[in-house]
Amino acid sequence: MSTTSLQRVWPWALGLALLVAFPWVALAGGFDFYTGVVIRLMIFAIAASSLNLILGYGGMVSFGHAAFFGLGAYAAGISVTHGLDNIWLVWLLACLVGGLAALAVGFVATRTRGAYFIMITLAMGQLFYYLFVGLRQYGGDDGLRLPMRPGLGLGLDITREVVFYFVVLVWMVLMHVMLARLVGSRFGLALEAIRENEVRMAAVGYSTRRYRLLAFAVAGIMAGLAGSLLAVHNQFVSPKMLHWSQSGALMIMVALGGMGRLQGGILGATALLLLEEVLSSHFEYWHIYVGLVLLVVVFFAPDGLSGLRLTAKRLVKGNES
Amino acid sequence: MKALRFASPLLAALAMMSAQVQAADNIKVGVLTTLSGPASAPGIDQRDAINLAMKLLGNKLGGLPAELITVDDQFSPDAAKQAADRLLRRDKIDVLTGVIYSNVLLAVVPSAIANKTIVVSSNAGPAAIAGKECSPYFFSASWQNDATHEAAGKYMTDKGYKRVALIAPNYPAGKDSAAGFKRFFKGELVAEMYPKLGQLDFAAEIAQVRSANVDAIYYFLPGGMGVNFTKQYAAAGMSNKIARVFQAYDADQQMLTIGELIEGVVNTGQWSSDMDNEANKRFVTEFTKAYGRVPSMYASQAWDVVGLLDVAVRNVGGKIEDREAFIAAIHAAKGFKSVRGDFRFGRNQFPIQNQYARVVTKGADGKYQNRMVGPVMKDHGDAYIGECAMK
Amino acid sequence: MSTLILEQTLNGLQFSVTLFLIAAGLTLVFGVMNFVNLAHGSLFMVGAYFAAWFAGMAGSFWLGLLCALPATAAVGVALEVLILRRLYAKDHMVHVLATFALILIFNDLVRIVWGPLPLPLNMPAALSGAINLGPVPYSSFRLVIMLVGSLVGVLLWLLVTRTRMGMWVRAGANNREMAVAMGVNVKQLYTLVFGFGVVLSALAGAMLGPFVAVEAGMGDDVLILAFVVVVIGGIGSVQGAAAGALIVGVVDTLGRTALPALLGSLLSPTVASSLGAALGSMMIYLVMVLVLFWRPSGLFPART
Repeated sequence: MSTTSLQRVWPWALGLALLVAFPWVALAGGFDFYTGVVIRLMIFAIAASSLNLILGYGGMVSFGHAAFFGLGAYAAGISVTHGLDNIWLVWLLACLVGGLAALAVGFVATRTRGAYFIMITLAMGQLFYYLFVGLRQYGGDDGLRLPMRPGLGLGLDITREVVFYFVVLVWMVLMHVMLARLVGSRFGLALEAIRENEVRMAAVGYSTRRYRLLAFAVAGIMAGLAGSLLAVHNQFVSPKMLHWSQSGALMIMVALGGMGRLQGGILGATALLLLEEVLSSHFEYWHIYVGLVLLVVVFFAPDGLSGLRLTAKRLVKGNES
Repeated sequence: MKALRFASPLLAALAMMSAQVQAADNIKVGVLTTLSGPASAPGIDQRDAINLAMKLLGNKLGGLPAELITVDDQFSPDAAKQAADRLLRRDKIDVLTGVIYSNVLLAVVPSAIANKTIVVSSNAGPAAIAGKECSPYFFSASWQNDATHEAAGKYMTDKGYKRVALIAPNYPAGKDSAAGFKRFFKGELVAEMYPKLGQLDFAAEIAQVRSANVDAIYYFLPGGMGVNFTKQYAAAGMSNKIARVFQAYDADQQMLTIGELIEGVVNTGQWSSDMDNEANKRFVTEFTKAYGRVPSMYASQAWDVVGLLDVAVRNVGGKIEDREAFIAAIHAAKGFKSVRGDFRFGRNQFPIQNQYARVVTKGADGKYQNRMVGPVMKDHGDAYIGECAMK
Repeated sequence: MSTLILEQTLNGLQFSVTLFLIAAGLTLVFGVMNFVNLAHGSLFMVGAYFAAWFAGMAGSFWLGLLCALPATAAVGVALEVLILRRLYAKDHMVHVLATFALILIFNDLVRIVWGPLPLPLNMPAALSGAINLGPVPYSSFRLVIMLVGSLVGVLLWLLVTRTRMGMWVRAGANNREMAVAMGVNVKQLYTLVFGFGVVLSALAGAMLGPFVAVEAGMGDDVLILAFVVVVIGGIGSVQGAAAGALIVGVVDTLGRTALPALLGSLLSPTVASSLGAALGSMMIYLVMVLVLFWRPSGLFPART
């Protein structure tokens, strides 16, 4: 019993240890620029995991998820522009905005099915995008610069990159612990069952719409928080964060990492952002490689990086037979 | 936390190590410009000019070996900020140049200044940076955004146009253009239209111009916007109905593809390819020889950036690590021969220069060129210098 | 003022016609094959690129267009046979992921082949002027677009409602299993429908080319609009695509032009234009949400 839990826990423990050690290693090695890269990675891991909840676990193909991410970012950007100097309040605001928006969108979207669901989430995402493009007093298309980094208190100087790194790390851990509890609970099981066969679940007496709506709201809160972290990290927000291409990027992360797997968001965000970082320094036209990788994943490795061992086994078995 | 307490002395030691500035054995110049998409023609021009200038200098600036790192900003303030951070912190460039568009520039300048990296803008010159946000780390080797438009305003007033319509994109430089135009145009601005930056279908604007009944229009539509507007304008039968005036830099580029649609249109700017000084004659000859096309005003500015840096590095004897001295040398620009003739920086480090009117003309060889008509303004500075607190 | 309204209405109609061409193929693929094809916009882009390329070589817009259609169809059919065909049985999520990957690939592919600068595509010299429609001189090329598009629309409607092949298409859109059971050769039908949709988008791309920059990414925003048209009109029907295109085209054009003008009387020009443009862009999505609320399957879906 304890060996299997150890087997499951050790990759997480190792990952955490590596992440904790990284900033010091980077500083000593002179590549501390990459501390910023890893911060971005962790933020997108939270965002991707939030999509994983509704896409992977919930089976809902939401193509407008970036809207909640961007809304959280703008909540941070606009409040800081108006002088809010307390990052705790910024986080609270971002979670509220993300959650409420997700409830609103989810309310309308869960009335529809299949292709219409995809389209309506896409359309509502675009609605929010154009809203911020039109808000000229908050930069519009050019984006909004944050005048300062809101304070953390606790005797820590959050403008120091190392401090902010650990703040983001703590959030990432917290979010995934919460996610783990959620998907392991009755709610999570019900959500997955609804994904598998909604008609049956409804017949058995579950109010399927309510479950999906709740999952949507939780995902919105998570995404909103991630957005606020990115806004503070970059000291910059732009409507591009809400564009459907950003939703697409989040979907790629979930697909690459493994849909419906707890580590899917983390692995996927890491894979895509590292691919981006490595490819863009060597190739001028690197999107084509990302597209090819995605196609390979779709056809040969539908479980993404999480299913690598299974995929490898399948390929080997296939060759042998 | 225990870890933090252990880290602090370690960090302090590392910080002290980096404070000892080593003598520079080369100069790293980051060229962040728009190389893809419909707005990329200016960026490609500038990249070509910089590459050629560097090649002719033997890849050295002021005798110091120079390394160029060229990155595409994808016409996105977002992507540019990430690219700039990489250039500033990973590649540790000494000078940043190349940005064409003001919205992109405004997103990257704060990081550059915070990193104490010198920015020598080869194009964008937003009002904010000329005035309130001026910084010793920022130079504009091109212009202040309003300048070309101020010249146009004065030109159109001198020509006696009474009712004018203005079209400019809805972004910082677009607003600067309107402000600049209005500052010097004394007639009646009957209509102002601000299409979205990157908009390519101008049916609506053209319809409005037609119904507004004006003597002339002044339009600022950079990149692909201008090409599309001109084509659609011609398709709508408007081409010879009313006078058009626009900017030198766009005229230079557009005449290469849609010359016949803008023949006879006047444009204003601080340079013309037929200017009669040594530096310019050499520039035009070399550029045409290398690339098979006449350089645009964008290219002339980028060429000047290289020339300026060359002179400045030589004047500090290669010791660019002394940022203050290097900045002073750039500011003084001693011995710098600009392709536009006289050139000097104001105290906000924006240029004080002449503005000219030119006209798109068909040459004897059938190719279109911009011919100098005459000066419109002499020794013209910018309107924001008063808000700058420097020196 | 009335000339302005007339001109704007014509512009809205021209836009609707272009949208119809793009959306028609998309809605049929959606309806008959239940396939979410995000790469549809990319094929629109490829069509425009081929048109610009061939027109540049031949020196004639019409030749360019004529050659672009089969060329793009070939690319589309190859795509269907090699990649997309294997995805039909899978769920929508897989469709979305795979076709999103294709968008990324195509956007870079066209830049690798044709470079990063937009390709020039000039409208035919004979049509590059204006003709007088009453008080308003209107671009003759835009009129031709409307003419061609409407003609194609009528032809398509005739094809779908009056021919045997059209009957198969309607049957497939209405009830796929039944159509298969009745002996319709599904594989051929799918490839045919797909290919046809590609030709329509390529036509739209070629005709729109002179007005927009033929560059990477040009299909992306068009794709979204096409989806909105399809959803409003109802998945699977040509008349739905026509209705949707009309609504979207007119709302979008009026939104982008009438709104800023309206707001311009109340606010400063810069604010009016950005607010107006933003509201205008939001209008179509608002309309879509409203339509879906009232009719969750769109206005004229093939499958009720």
